[in-house]
Amino acid sequence: MAQTGTTAAHGSIEPGWQTIVTDWSADKQTFQVPWGKAMMWIFLLSDTFIFTCFLTGYMNVRVSTPVPWPNPSEVFALTVGGVSVPLLLIGIMTFDLITSSGTMALAVNYGYRRDRGRAAALMLITAAIGAIFVGMQAFEWTKLIVEEGIRPWGNPMGASQFGATFFMITGFHGLHVSAGVVYLTIVAMKVLRGDYEKKGYEIVEIVGLYWHFVDLVWVFIFAFFYLW
Amino acid sequence: MSEAIGQQHPLKLYFWIWGLLFLLSAFSYATDFLDHGFVRWGLILTFMFLKAGFIIAIFMHMKWERLALIWAILGPPAVLLVLIGLMAVEGDYTEGTRLNFFSDPIVPEGHGAEH
Repeated sequence: MAQTGTTAAHGSIEPGWQTIVTDWSADKQTFQVPWGKAMMWIFLLSDTFIFTCFLTGYMNVRVSTPVPWPNPSEVFALTVGGVSVPLLLIGIMTFDLITSSGTMALAVNYGYRRDRGRAAALMLITAAIGAIFVGMQAFEWTKLIVEEGIRPWGNPMGASQFGATFFMITGFHGLHVSAGVVYLTIVAMKVLRGDYEKKGYEIVEIVGLYWHFVDLVWVFIFAFFYLW
Repeated sequence: MSEAIGQQHPLKLYFWIWGLLFLLSAFSYATDFLDHGFVRWGLILTFMFLKAGFIIAIFMHMKWERLALIWAILGPPAVLLVLIGLMAVEGDYTEGTRLNFFSDPIVPEGHGAEH
């Protein structure tokens, strides 16, 4: 613990700024994690910039238009039994993604326990919940396009930028979820087949990082696009 | 032994965080029933940052990583705050310009149709 100034033992978690200096100046690999995990984090960092640029662009057009912005609470309301419930589908989609994040976290845990049957099963459950999310999004898009007449260049409710930002941001996020479903399924099958028995199960954590990130992006989209 | 088997934490912790995220999502959804204003926006941001924090720290295991990785990943997005600030100012300016030049001029009573 108190080995200040020296190169820290692999994987130990001593606190302090000194560890940053030792890790970055040790003439060896900087990040003491598997390279795949470091690269996934760096990819996610770049993705953070992309999504933030999208959300910032959305903020900019929403602030700059003098035309009233359509109220998402009403646009995304669903009528259940004659009662209009605001944001119902979006709420369900939010809980759906949170559920899948939990199953993913468990899959990572079982992966490191080398319980590959449970790990693969939990990953496939995660992928299935992700697929349900994409399905609900398709339903949402269809409703908006067909019933409410929202287009990327205009809509009957207010500021025409609403459609452009909505389809771009949720579309790009949906694409990430779809890619994640494919990625999860492929890795789950390989886990099940025993491909990682020798290499170890870091791959499950790496897939997990991607999946949690997709959920993370949704947290921001939900707050800024649907609730604001 | 932790280096041999990677990020390994008790399942109980994940179940707690999972439940907490559900609760925060429910609170988040509930803000939609508040009127638009600083209370609503403040709560939206509070629940958003709490959820994001728990996902990154626990589910993505950032809490247990070394500082060299934590700051390499969480540091750079700070520059995005500059972009957000600039674009907010820019958006305000654009709106002002549009209101000045592209909206119908306010014509005082009785000075309308002559010209």
